[in-house]
Amino acid sequence: MSEVFFRAHGVGKRFGGFVALAEVDIELRAGERLGLIGPNGSGKSTFVNCISGDFAEHEGQVTLDGVSLGGLKPHRRARLGMARTFQLPQPFNSLSVLENVRVPLLFAGHAVEATDRAMACLEQVEMADKARKLPKELTQVEQRRLELARAIALNPRLLIADEAMAGLSNAEVDQIIALLFKLNEAGTAVIMIEHIMRAVTAFSERLVVFVAGRKIADGLPRDVLALPEVEGAYLGKQ
Amino acid sequence: MNANFRFWLGAAGLGLALVAGLRLLGNDYGYFAGYFVLQYVVLAGAWNILGGYAGYVNFGAAGFMAAGAYSAIVVRQWLGWDLIPGIFAAAAVAGLLGLGTGYLTLRLKGVYFSIATLCLAVVLQTLVVNWDYVGGSRGAYIIHARDIPPFNSYSEMLFIVMLVLAIGTTGIGRAVEMSRLGRGLQAIRDNERAAEAVGVPTLRLKLVATTLCGALMGVAGAPLPYYSGYLNPEAAFSLAYAVNAIAMPLIGGAGTWAGPVIGAVLLASLQQAATVTISSALNLWIVGWMLVVFVAVAPRGILGWFRRRG
Repeated sequence: MSEVFFRAHGVGKRFGGFVALAEVDIELRAGERLGLIGPNGSGKSTFVNCISGDFAEHEGQVTLDGVSLGGLKPHRRARLGMARTFQLPQPFNSLSVLENVRVPLLFAGHAVEATDRAMACLEQVEMADKARKLPKELTQVEQRRLELARAIALNPRLLIADEAMAGLSNAEVDQIIALLFKLNEAGTAVIMIEHIMRAVTAFSERLVVFVAGRKIADGLPRDVLALPEVEGAYLGKQ
Repeated sequence: MNANFRFWLGAAGLGLALVAGLRLLGNDYGYFAGYFVLQYVVLAGAWNILGGYAGYVNFGAAGFMAAGAYSAIVVRQWLGWDLIPGIFAAAAVAGLLGLGTGYLTLRLKGVYFSIATLCLAVVLQTLVVNWDYVGGSRGAYIIHARDIPPFNSYSEMLFIVMLVLAIGTTGIGRAVEMSRLGRGLQAIRDNERAAEAVGVPTLRLKLVATTLCGALMGVAGAPLPYYSGYLNPEAAFSLAYAVNAIAMPLIGGAGTWAGPVIGAVLLASLQQAATVTISSALNLWIVGWMLVVFVAVAPRGILGWFRRRG
């Protein structure tokens, strides 16, 4: 079994008196596929914002390859190997698809080979033929693919896919799952945050469940989903 | 012949043609009008670096321009140095001012950032009004030689200096647009959070942009006391600079190096024509109406309109 490379220990976040996330511990092994589920407001996105650096202030510690990420801005974390996508695609609308993927490469010391590497990323997500288009000319699933291409441009060790399939049809969900499998096979660990249970169970080899800002379960998907507290809290059964 | 060489060759050719044309005309007014237009080419090009590429709207252009103008006056009064050292001093002072403003305000977004830059101009004006060394509210005079060989007249010299500054500013804008810095600023304008998430050091790039923008605005202001021979705070901090610095890039096409040039030439020429035919009181009225028309008809400016039709 591969070694743990990512650790979130005691991660918590308060907004005034409201506790959005409390004492969350999550470890991840290289190349692992982790599903993170929970009802709306359970703290999934808060957790992502804490570990990716969007929330500069939070409780607990986050390390990547033994390096503490405390105090590092998101762009530094991205260069250390942590990539993320957003719930709603957030492309650079005035730049072409190719330029969208070139941007991270330009700032990571790959300016000379940026175009070739960006094209390789676009080929990986089967978007090479759209390289010259503007994001607004893409379909929703293509915009999701563009987000993934931009996220993998720096060969991340960890990809956080935050509801990357929201609003897609069944066929499109299957396309994104296949794509995430492909990226994972190349060695990238993936945290999939998703409400589409079919996608989560098909993709994840491990499942973590958040409820009301706390981690209530962590284990194999079939074991976790069978837990009464998960059924009660997440699936609405008693 | 590569694109850079073509740009500089074209700019130099156009500059020489302008100088030759005005010499043939043999009228000092041509130099004054040309200076007026070129000063706005510099100011609009400077604004475009932060406002056009990064999307941070700076309402404080008059403050930076006045900082440049008063830097030139201080250099003159303190050290006895003339215009050219004054321009370098203006770039340094206004650039530092831009950097400081950036540190204090760049965590603000949208309208909050714009209001902060507007406040900066008000604070600076208050300081200058109460600073006797530069004339306070009475203003300061700059007495210069009538002729400076090899130039035909002092006005020609000022025109050529401003021409060089305008070409330089446009070249810097073009270089920014084509560089990694420009791509980063465009990414910030489109989506700052996503830019940061993919590895763009957003704060550092914005600080570079505020410094460069401030320095170039200061450069635009440095020759102002030499141009008018007298400068008071009311003229240096004129609302017209703040409004034109925004309107010109927007009308020409913000976020492109050529847009501010087109907007400045068009708007400043119209204002100059109104000044000599009707009244300078109409200048802001013209700018206001042009902005209304362009926001309704061509929100991406003249360049954007042509590109859409093309």
